[in-house]
Amino acid sequence: MISSKKCCPVRRRAKLFSLKDKQLAGRIISKIKKIDVNLRFMHVCGTHQDTLVKNGLDVLLRECGIEIGQGPGCPVCVTTPREIEEMLLLARAGKTVTTFGDMMKVPGEKESLSSMKTEGYDVRTVYGIEDAVTIAEKNRDKNVVFMAVGFETTAPTTAAVMLKNPPSNFSILSCHRTIPNALKAILDMGELKIDGLIEPGHVSTIIGTKPYEFISKEYHVPQVVAGFEPIDVLMGAWMLVKQIRKGEPFIQNEYTRVVHRDGNAKAQQVINEVFEPEDKKWRGFPVIPKSGLILRKKFEDYDAHKIYEDELGEIKDREFSEPKGCRCGELLRGLIAPQDCVLFGKKCTPDNPIGPCMVSIEGSCNIEYHYLEK
Amino acid sequence: MCLAIPGKIIDIDKNREHAIVDYGDGTKRKANITLVDVKIGDYVLVHAGFAIEILNEKEAQETLDLFKEMLSSEEEG
Repeated sequence: MISSKKCCPVRRRAKLFSLKDKQLAGRIISKIKKIDVNLRFMHVCGTHQDTLVKNGLDVLLRECGIEIGQGPGCPVCVTTPREIEEMLLLARAGKTVTTFGDMMKVPGEKESLSSMKTEGYDVRTVYGIEDAVTIAEKNRDKNVVFMAVGFETTAPTTAAVMLKNPPSNFSILSCHRTIPNALKAILDMGELKIDGLIEPGHVSTIIGTKPYEFISKEYHVPQVVAGFEPIDVLMGAWMLVKQIRKGEPFIQNEYTRVVHRDGNAKAQQVINEVFEPEDKKWRGFPVIPKSGLILRKKFEDYDAHKIYEDELGEIKDREFSEPKGCRCGELLRGLIAPQDCVLFGKKCTPDNPIGPCMVSIEGSCNIEYHYLEK
Repeated sequence: MCLAIPGKIIDIDKNREHAIVDYGDGTKRKANITLVDVKIGDYVLVHAGFAIEILNEKEAQETLDLFKEMLSSEEEG
């Protein structure tokens, strides 16, 4: 990082994209208040949850008759106990395991990547996949595995690296998952009445708005792609209310300054070149058809599942369950709020997490705990 | 993890794979630009070390005006 004392036009410009206008926020709220509604919205992004809780918008909207909560929008949280155990096993087998910081403290059955690091195993936190490749390049005698977690926002970064011939001692364990079919799964399960969906702004930056169209058509659920400033989320809620009143659900774009209908075509192309869709289990969900990304055959030399098939075979037939008492599964399906779990803030805290939703900065438990009045 | 931060491209390397992005808070950092077609001076959204989209300044300026207009037309209607 390079520090510069001067800071000016760039900062002012960057702020232009952050959209802050308190007066406008007040106008949106007063409009929603005027309408008598009793609605339940779901969003699928930890950053939306952060905006809601940090600014007290969840409480404000509840007062307006709108309950708004997080679904499975936290890549670390929906990573399954099996995937965690696979990484722990590879670390124990002497591989250099690299992943995002958010993954480190997610508890496995007995250990976490963080506790294994303390025990002296080679586990390293990286900012992005390119850092993991650099580790592999500098340590040709080590087998470096990158735990590739993330939705469509992150998948193209993995794909772009795969296309650049990374060193042969580098591989990935793909935990990438994709949003649209997960939304379909939630609606098909029908456990929860969902009056509207706020779609994730940065997933949509990549995929555009088209992949959501079938949801409004087939399930008659209004959807709005929203940005992450308080105004964006409020405007998103307001747009959903308007759609409901009109009775014409569709996928609407609030985040036009970033998201376009066709998304980022280049990023989509690299994803498709490197990955193919696979049926995938999400934590708290059964297997969701075509909701994961697996490396295509021509990249199998980088697929940790293939390369380390023998080592991973050790746990192939084992079943892994959720941590005892942990309700992350129900939370990720939008059925409960963090406070509904008896472990929340007591036995389960960011320092001593029981489940992933308390670990990740995108997990609702972590966010709730962070802004809790203590 | 889907967090993405806006910044300005201030330099691009010779092979056009990486650029230096100025985040305006004193932080300048290298980012991969192979997922976008950018030039120096463009504003981009950066996620996990990759620029994932170019930000349109005009659209950003218009967003607030558009919201205000939407709310006003609702009042009239």
